[in-house]
Amino acid sequence: MKINEVLLQSVTKIIVFIILTLAIYLFFSGHNNPGGGFVGGLVLASSFVLMLLAFDIETVKHGIPVDFKLVAALGAAIVVITGLGAVVFGEAFLTQTFRVFDIPVFGLIELSTVTIFELGVSLTVVGVVVTIILSISEDVS
Amino acid sequence: MNNLLVLLMVVPLLVGIFLVFIPNYIHIHRWSTFVSLLINAGLSFWVLQHIVNNGIVTVDFGNWEAPFGISFVGDSFSVLLVLTTNIVSAICVLYAIKTIGLSREKMYFYPFVLFLVAGVNGSFLTGDLFNLFVTFEVMLLASYALITLGGTKKQLQESFKYIAINVVSSSLFLVAIAYLYGLLGTLNMAHLSERIATTGQTPLLTVVSLLFLIVFSLKSGLLLYQWLPGSYSTPSPAVAAIFGALLTKVGIYALFRTFTLLFYHEQQITHLIIGIMAAITLIGGSIGAIAYSNIRLIVSYNVIISVGFILVALAVMNITAIEGAVIYLIHDMVVKALLFLLAGSMIYVAKSERLGDISGLIRNYPVLGWMFFITVLSLTGIPPLSGFFGKVLLGIGVIEAKSYILLALSMLSGFVVLYSLLRIFMSCFWGETIISEEEEIPLKKSQLIPSAILVLLTIGIGFGVEGLTPYIQDAAETLMNPEIYIDAVLEK
Repeated sequence: MKINEVLLQSVTKIIVFIILTLAIYLFFSGHNNPGGGFVGGLVLASSFVLMLLAFDIETVKHGIPVDFKLVAALGAAIVVITGLGAVVFGEAFLTQTFRVFDIPVFGLIELSTVTIFELGVSLTVVGVVVTIILSISEDVS
Repeated sequence: MNNLLVLLMVVPLLVGIFLVFIPNYIHIHRWSTFVSLLINAGLSFWVLQHIVNNGIVTVDFGNWEAPFGISFVGDSFSVLLVLTTNIVSAICVLYAIKTIGLSREKMYFYPFVLFLVAGVNGSFLTGDLFNLFVTFEVMLLASYALITLGGTKKQLQESFKYIAINVVSSSLFLVAIAYLYGLLGTLNMAHLSERIATTGQTPLLTVVSLLFLIVFSLKSGLLLYQWLPGSYSTPSPAVAAIFGALLTKVGIYALFRTFTLLFYHEQQITHLIIGIMAAITLIGGSIGAIAYSNIRLIVSYNVIISVGFILVALAVMNITAIEGAVIYLIHDMVVKALLFLLAGSMIYVAKSERLGDISGLIRNYPVLGWMFFITVLSLTGIPPLSGFFGKVLLGIGVIEAKSYILLALSMLSGFVVLYSLLRIFMSCFWGETIISEEEEIPLKKSQLIPSAILVLLTIGIGFGVEGLTPYIQDAAETLMNPEIYIDAVLEK
């Protein structure tokens, strides 16, 4: 019996964007409020998992032709390099800094190096979670 | 200067990450791994030199001062171990290049080795108990990948046990850390030590310390070693050598650190238990080493004997014994790697792991035979070689403490080591040659060179022990006087 997946698929198409928005919101709120790169990354990864459930692996791979192992490695590289950035300036490893900029339209915005670090964290989380899910699903039964 | 300490963990990590991006350039994988480990060894020697001259080096991540932030602390003990780790793993990588096979190399073998080394170095250097948990996990995750790499049936069977036991012990570790944080409100090791010293080691703290003892015993193979022989004897020789040389040593390091820095007030309880566990480990390991006739199992049981031997020093806890233990640890890392590599070469040429199937190898492979013989002498502790000094100092320390049972057991275990390895030597190298000239599998020079370097190292440590003495005395001094460590971390 073929299961009709129209409902799941149509809902997924909308829900994925809501999840992605939430992930980005969580990512940026993380500096001073609950959230951050790790949580943002997990939510982001959950949207991929939802897509994998609703559609099949081939479709998703065709739509997002990315090797998630490399995403994880890229994230880890960003994390380590931001840590080393502080060393270049003679500070202790992982030292973070920030400055407040006055940008037209948006007003005062605080830009900090910790955001780059968090970006690395979330990329690593997304990469690792999706790689795990994909390699489990590839298992021969 | 201080940031150099972080580089010891970050260099292998970063190189490993970059290698993931270029999975098809195996040549770059091979040599960048080897070179980065050598560079790391050079860096750690530099740091070691600095520590002996100027005292303990610390670095607080992100400039968050200890005890609020996470810090790395390098004292002579930890940096000596980091130095040895990098040298030994570089040589094991050299062996792996020739033996591991292209299919495994393509499955990210070298990045995993680098992550493993990063985890080991981090575990030696961290000054924070929770961070120790994290670095342990980095090391273990890499080791899970390495132990299953290749995916033969036997490997998967043994790695299942290995992973299960490590997951259990890691969760116990986490529970123990939570208890300690609940009781004392800090996890910085120097801060913990200070607080335990002021409040006294209450019975509750002693119970928590026993939980830590169980956790680290599982990791180091003290008494709870039943998982070890199986999982160390299944992966390919280069991986087994890295495991045998490094992984149990991290557990031993953690035991030394926690029971000299934190829980040293109730020695009649904790250190007595460690002594009993070490004694049983020596006996159990000896029985295993004699009982089996599989080369790789005998070699694995030799790892267990040395764990028991080193922890005798912690049980008696005086400066002579600790000095002996530090030398012996370094010697053991070198010589266990050598033993696993030689056993791997022997199995490679004889195509069998069973003692009964191999004989007369000395005719076909004289160099291999002589190197194995030197290894046996070094492990037993024959004078000019590296095993001697550790054994003598440790023995003197145990006599000073008047623990004659431990003394007898640890010296008797030396005979068992000699017997079990001479049995391999006599049955495999002596006797009738079974491999005819046509069937002889050529053992390339490149496969012997890594073992030869390690042989030179064990001879070198033996002759150059004078040069090592200042570092080892400094290491033992810091271990025996926790206030040196505390002052370096908390007051600047």
